[in-house]
Amino acid sequence: MRPDRLFRWLFKPLLFVACLLPFALLVRGALLDDLGPNPLETVTHVTGDWALRFLLITLAMTPLRRLLGQAWPLRLRRMLGLYAFFYATVHLLIWMVLDQELRWSAMWEDIAKRPYVTVGFTAWVLLVPLALTSTRAAMRRLGRRWGRLHRLVYPTAALGVLHFWWLVKADWLEPGLYGLVLASLILSRLELRSRFVRQLSGESSG
Amino acid sequence: MLIRIRRPGDLKESDVTPEQHFRQRRQLLAMAAAAGIGAALPAARALVTPPSAGRRLPGLKDTDWGKDLEPTDFDDITHYNNFLELGSGKREPARNAHRLRPRPWSIRVEGECAKPGVIDIEDVLKIPQEERIYRFRCVEAWSMIVPWDGFPLARLLARFEPTSKAKYVAFETLADPEQMPGLRRPIVDWPYVEGLRIDEAMHPLAMLVTGVYGVELPAQNGAPLRLIVPWKYGFKSIKSIVAIRFTEQQPRNTWAMLQPEEYGFYANVNPNVDHPRWSQKYERRIGEGLFARKHKTLMFNGYAEEVAHLYKGMDLRRFY
Repeated sequence: MRPDRLFRWLFKPLLFVACLLPFALLVRGALLDDLGPNPLETVTHVTGDWALRFLLITLAMTPLRRLLGQAWPLRLRRMLGLYAFFYATVHLLIWMVLDQELRWSAMWEDIAKRPYVTVGFTAWVLLVPLALTSTRAAMRRLGRRWGRLHRLVYPTAALGVLHFWWLVKADWLEPGLYGLVLASLILSRLELRSRFVRQLSGESSG
Repeated sequence: MLIRIRRPGDLKESDVTPEQHFRQRRQLLAMAAAAGIGAALPAARALVTPPSAGRRLPGLKDTDWGKDLEPTDFDDITHYNNFLELGSGKREPARNAHRLRPRPWSIRVEGECAKPGVIDIEDVLKIPQEERIYRFRCVEAWSMIVPWDGFPLARLLARFEPTSKAKYVAFETLADPEQMPGLRRPIVDWPYVEGLRIDEAMHPLAMLVTGVYGVELPAQNGAPLRLIVPWKYGFKSIKSIVAIRFTEQQPRNTWAMLQPEEYGFYANVNPNVDHPRWSQKYERRIGEGLFARKHKTLMFNGYAEEVAHLYKGMDLRRFY
């Protein structure tokens, strides 16, 4: 098989299944009642973790393409980004249905009053337009604006890290690590941009 | 998996019996009946040693405390712990439990008292021990029902004859990096410290605990000696105590030092005063499964009748 076909018909489907694995394990745990003493906490944390991880993995695809000089990371970006949205949505639904038991007034109060809920909810809201405009048709329709819109993913990821940071009681190691990864991804992006700008402005003239 | 659909407030606490506990209880009753010890049945539930437990505490007296409450599984009580010294996750303390050496162990008692001194854990265990089933409510909005074994704190404190200057009692946890891997990171200013007002400490509900479910306290639960103040959030109930000090000034406590806007000195369970980051109106009962409804949190964790008078005239919003 040609490498292109191998990628499309083997590698990408395998990755699709692999990305679903954390969710499948949670469903299995729920069915077997094997999610630890506080199962709600387990499913909340696991889905939140993976939403954040997939966001950061998605963001890593552009630098990865530059690093490897190959195009395939970009061809995974949409799928990975949609997985971030999927886990974030499951995370939100778990909070709404199982944690808040659909007490709407309590939920609105939490969103308005508690900063870590506010930023978490905002991050999810920001992901919605990105997921909705992830199709090829939307890309074509939006043209240059598509890229600008999808830059929203950076503040979204920052809000995700902040959401994690603000709910931790004392041990900031884990959210701190996510923050570091995000910061280095943003830096690498800025660096690429500035290099690009330098090239455009005729660095070679010197 | 168990799915139970309930409206909040529909049922009394005593009605809420997770199926697995119910079945377990039936088994124990059957076993007890088979062994011909029917007469001892009320005590048999709590005093039967869970299969995965450690050494039995001898001469344990049964009490009526919490007889209407259905205890959380022993395995949940011992595998879902906040004990930063043994690790910062909920599972780490059980994993690192083997590092903590609860013997030899002694407790230094000092400060504003006539007879300061050191008491060995073996002498502490000679104080008559009893079992009480208490509600345990964490500030993180989860809760358990725990059969604690121990004795009223006042009984130990009285031995050291606190003077009239003893307005407060301060407690200190062991801080030994060799036994406590959590100390490697400066998460808090070790050692962990806590404190009570003297009238709180002398209240008959306040307990020094040496065991759970009739067996010696596992390390992750604060071996060999911990405090239990059932009307306060769990972080007040300091673990692995090495020092007790009578003081005139209000002692500092670790969480209030770390985040004073979020945690106070009193930390009484109060559904009407939210933690700045989350509501304290409801609690999730450990062991009830993914789809169980939350429980309404009770004022002073259900011990208002016994302790509310301690705080008469105090603004509990200010003294949280």
